[in-house]
Order: sequence, then C-alpha cells, then structure tokens
Amino acid sequence: MSKYLVSSSPHITSGKTTKNIMLDVIIALMPAVIAMVAIYGLYPLMITLISVGTCVLSEFLFNKIRKKEQSINDLSAVVTGIILALNLPPVVPIYVPVVGGVFAIVIVKMLFGGIGRNFANPAITARIFLMLAWTSVMTKFVLPVDWSTAGGAGLVSYFYEAFGSTFPSLPDAVTGATPLASVKSAFEAGLNPANGINFLDMFLGRIGGSAGEVSAIAILIGGIYLLIRRVIDWKIPTIYIGTTVLFTAIFYANSGYVGEYILSYLLGGGLLFGAFFMATDYATSPNTNVAVIIYSVGLGFLTVLIRRFSSMNEGVSYAILLMNVVTPLLDKIKVRPFGTLAKTPKDVIDEIKLKREEKKRAKAEKDAEASEGGVNG
Amino acid sequence: MKSNGNSINFSQGLKQKGGIIANGIVKNNPVFRLVLGTCPTLAVTSGAVNGMGMGLAATFVLVCSNILVSLLRKVIPDKVRIPAYVLIIATFVTLVQMILQKFIPALYESLGIYLPLIVVNCIILARAEAFASTNKVLDSALDGLGMGLGFTASLMLIGLIREFLGAGTLFYGELAGLQMGVKIAAFESVSMNIFILPAGGFLVFGILMAVINAISDYARKRKEEKEKKQIALIESAEAQQRISEAFGGASEKNGVNEVNEDVKTESGVELKNAAEGGND
Repeated sequence: MSKYLVSSSPHITSGKTTKNIMLDVIIALMPAVIAMVAIYGLYPLMITLISVGTCVLSEFLFNKIRKKEQSINDLSAVVTGIILALNLPPVVPIYVPVVGGVFAIVIVKMLFGGIGRNFANPAITARIFLMLAWTSVMTKFVLPVDWSTAGGAGLVSYFYEAFGSTFPSLPDAVTGATPLASVKSAFEAGLNPANGINFLDMFLGRIGGSAGEVSAIAILIGGIYLLIRRVIDWKIPTIYIGTTVLFTAIFYANSGYVGEYILSYLLGGGLLFGAFFMATDYATSPNTNVAVIIYSVGLGFLTVLIRRFSSMNEGVSYAILLMNVVTPLLDKIKVRPFGTLAKTPKDVIDEIKLKREEKKRAKAEKDAEASEGGVNG
Repeated sequence: MKSNGNSINFSQGLKQKGGIIANGIVKNNPVFRLVLGTCPTLAVTSGAVNGMGMGLAATFVLVCSNILVSLLRKVIPDKVRIPAYVLIIATFVTLVQMILQKFIPALYESLGIYLPLIVVNCIILARAEAFASTNKVLDSALDGLGMGLGFTASLMLIGLIREFLGAGTLFYGELAGLQMGVKIAAFESVSMNIFILPAGGFLVFGILMAVINAISDYARKRKEEKEKKQIALIESAEAQQRISEAFGGASEKNGVNEVNEDVKTESGVELKNAAEGGND
C-alpha cells in the first residue's frame, strides 16, 4: 500500500542549503585571505577575525533581544564579516571593523528582516558607511611588506603601525598610492598610466589597496571555484567585467593609452572582488536573464563613470550599492512564463493592430457620448 | 455641586489647555508622530544649536500664524484659504528672517535657505488647516506653542545625537554672541563624519523613529494588558458573587470556604466600584 508516496511539491530537492552555499563562499574567499597574509602580514588577519566576531555576535544579540529564531548558524554573518574585512585598508584601527560589522549586520541586514530581505549588500554598505565616517582612515593604504628586508618580522610589522612604538624597531610602514590613484593623476597630467606600475605585481597583488582586493589571482581562483560549484551566476561577473573594459575603452579612447587604462582598471581596484563576491549576492541581484544583463551592464557603466569623472578613485562599491537599490525594479520586468509559446513577428503586429482598433473604438464611443451630452445640454 | 461648578470648570479647562500643548509635544509630535516637516528636520539638524534655532523660529511663526488664522477663520472664504494661509505665514516668516539677520547673523547664515522655506513648512500649514481654521484663538495659540515646542525638542534631540557622533561636540556653537557647548577632545579624533552629512540625518531620524515606535508600542501593550487584567478581575469577582449567591445555603455548611469567598467578593466589589469610578 505504501508503494506510492503522496506529498506536495517541490518533489526535487538538492543538498543546496544556505549553510552549504555560505560554506562554499567562505572556501572561495580563503585564497584572498591567504594572499592578504602573504602580502600584508598578520595584522589584516586580526582585523578579519574581529570583523567576523563582531558580525556573528551582533546577529546573535539582535536575535536574542528581538526574541527571534537564532540565525547565526547559516554562516551568512561570517561571510559578511570576511568580505567587510577584505574591503578595508590593510591597516585600520580596531574600532573600524567593529563599527562596520555592527552597521552591516544590525542596520543593513537585520533591521530589514534578516538574510534574504536586505535591500543592499551589508558588507558594501558598511564599507561606504565607514568611508564616509572616517575618510582619512579608510583612504590610507600601506604598501605591501617587503619580505626581502623585513624577513619573519614582516608578519607583525603592521602591528607597529597600528599600536605605536610599543614594538621593537621594525621597518616603518610606508603609505602608498593605490594604482587607481596613480591612474587618476596620470590621466590628469596626460601621462602613461602604466608608468611605475608593474602589471605582474598587480596580478599577484604586490600593490597598495584594500586588504583582500589586491591579489587578482587569488580572487580569480576563488571566483572560478564558485563558478564550478555553481554558487554564483556566471553572467554577472562576466558581463560586469566585460562592460567595464568596454566603457573604459570608450571613455579613454582618445587618451592614447587605452590598453594600459583597461589593465589598470581591471587589476588595480576592487573590480574583480566586487564582481565575483559582492555583485552576485542572491538577495540583492535580480533573477531573470534580462534583468541580470541590465544589472551587470549598469554595474560596469557606473564603475567606469565614477572612476573616470568623479573625485573618487574607486567606484565599485557605489556602483554595486546603486544597482542593488535598482534591483527590485529590475525584477519587475516581465518575462515570458515557462511553457508559453514564443511570439512571432506576426503576432506582435497583430497585437499592435488590435490595440489600435480598440483605441479607435474607444475614441468613437467617447465622441458619440460627447455629442449625446451636447444634445442633452 | 453648583457652588463647586465654577472651580471644577476652571481646573478642567486648565487641564484641557495643558492637554493641547502636551498633545503637540508628545502624543502628536510633528516630527516623530505626524512625520511633518521632514525636509528641515533632516537639513538643519547637523548640530543642536541649529536645530534649536530652526525650531524656535518655526514656533514663533506657528503661534502667530495660528492666532491670525484663527481670528480670520470666519472671514477667509473656503476657496482661497490656502493662499490666504500662505500669505499670513509668509508675513511672519519675513519678520523672523529680518530679526534673525539683524540680531543672530551666525544662525541666520547657518540656517540658510531653510529659514525662508518655513513658509512652506508643512507643520505650519497643516496646523493652520487642521486646527486653527476650526478652533478658538486661545486654543489655536496653545496648539501652535505645543507643536512648535515638539518640533524644537525633536530637532534638538536629532541635532544633539548627530553632533555628538559626527563631530564629538555637545551643543557647540555661537548663539547671540555667546559661545556655548563643549568639545569632547577624546571623541573628536574618532568622530564619524557621516553623521554630519545628509545620510547620517536619515540614519538617526529612522533609528529614533523606530525607538519611539517601540516605546509607544510597549506602553500601549502594557496599558491594554492592565485593562484586560482589571476586566478579568471584575468578571471573576462577579462570577464569585453569583456563585456565592446561588449556593448561599450550601456554603453555610462549609465554614472555611465561606470566609474565603466573602473576602474575595468584597475585594471584587471594591475593584468594580473603583473601575466604575474611574470610568466616570
């Protein structure tokens, strides 16, 4: 008798749970974290741990105080914490990740209803918040540790920078310009943006920049892992990066150094990290193909627009935040429901004709009514 | 009773007038409850002093325009009432603007465009339309005062928080030639500039609104629960009374029970009386 099970849909299930997906994202972030330690030493790792701890703790406390079901087990707060820390400059005071973590989780995520209901990516919004709150701290980028001179002490050299002279004499941290900053000044001076930049260094991450965004190869490894595991949609990063290249070529067409600009825009800022890890956030990216294409093109366009024409050097975070806000509208674009017939050109023409006839009829009726009214009056 | 009538009327009248003022400050706070005048609220509250200046300027305009609108409420034709109100309000705003420019130029500078824009501040127009145009002169003046003070208090609260988080100062600024407020040196170095920017205004405004909603929700729930408990007590007391009346003969046999029930009934009746008295 119990040969046939009767149950309601869905009948096909997969092992994909929120926790598994988040675990995949954490694994994909690991190359960037390792690269961060290899480039800047242990200090940013400590910032990452503080950021993760703050995020998890604030979600835990929020749920406790609001008497809601505990949601820290889905690991999304851990992901937010790691992404936030990778978005910060390598050397920041300890209060920066703490305030950022609380802002990301409490204000951007939990106040709007928790995971899946946030209107914008928590990490990117927190980064923008911190950027506006402590602009001087958030734009102070140190140079990578020079391992040949620092040796093993390089691992802790940036603790010296952060905590003052309590540490024994170590190589002083040097504050350097990020590639995007030098690109901007090179453009204003009409010089070759590739001057003083080694593209191999950029690819490996031996440049100034946000802690986790500098190493292109580490981000690519993580991104490809996410693509293989089908955690993220390939369309968003591909189209985003492609559009960025396209618009860079357009905006810098008459500068004479198009190739150099494209390469430094690709590798120099947070573009790759944003494209793979932040623009692809499920809750804040659209679902249908048409909407995804508009979303990704918009991301690329805004990024180049901000980098080229605004006073800021980096535009990825603002571009993602702006397109996050537009996402609910993009999701309203109607698509052909699954299983319905595709429209032929003839159908479209017929439809237009029908509409025209209806309009004519409505107009005729209105005229008739109006004339009747005239008689009555 | 009759000899007492006058004094009761007087104290009740006082209570009612006080109620009109309190209504504007707490129950129908223009910023947090009616959500009126959001534009100046967000724009001028980068500091508490600015907020206070804006609030007091608006209060002055609000009281004066309410009085004039109330005086003219039977004269102004219904069809042109809005232009008439705007004209009245604009008169007082011009006055305030000239006075500030002469005597407190620093505040006049920092309020900038938002000072002349009091003309279209929706709190003032809303109170003229909703209250002053249908109420007597004294009531309208008090309503204007209450709403104005509520507006001022809200602006100062938002301004104080934004100033503290954004610049590490409290009530810092110059008002009528007086240097006032404190600078907290320890906070100044870590102050979050975003709270001085418009985005911080929205953040503080939204969070304060949420906190105030939570508090009023909590207060309402407690009140409802209290009322429910009282009703339940009265009902149970009544039921006890009915039972004891119905089984009066039977309970005589059981002495202990009878005593208990008597106590309960008495307290129940008292409660009921108290509740009825309260309702009166």
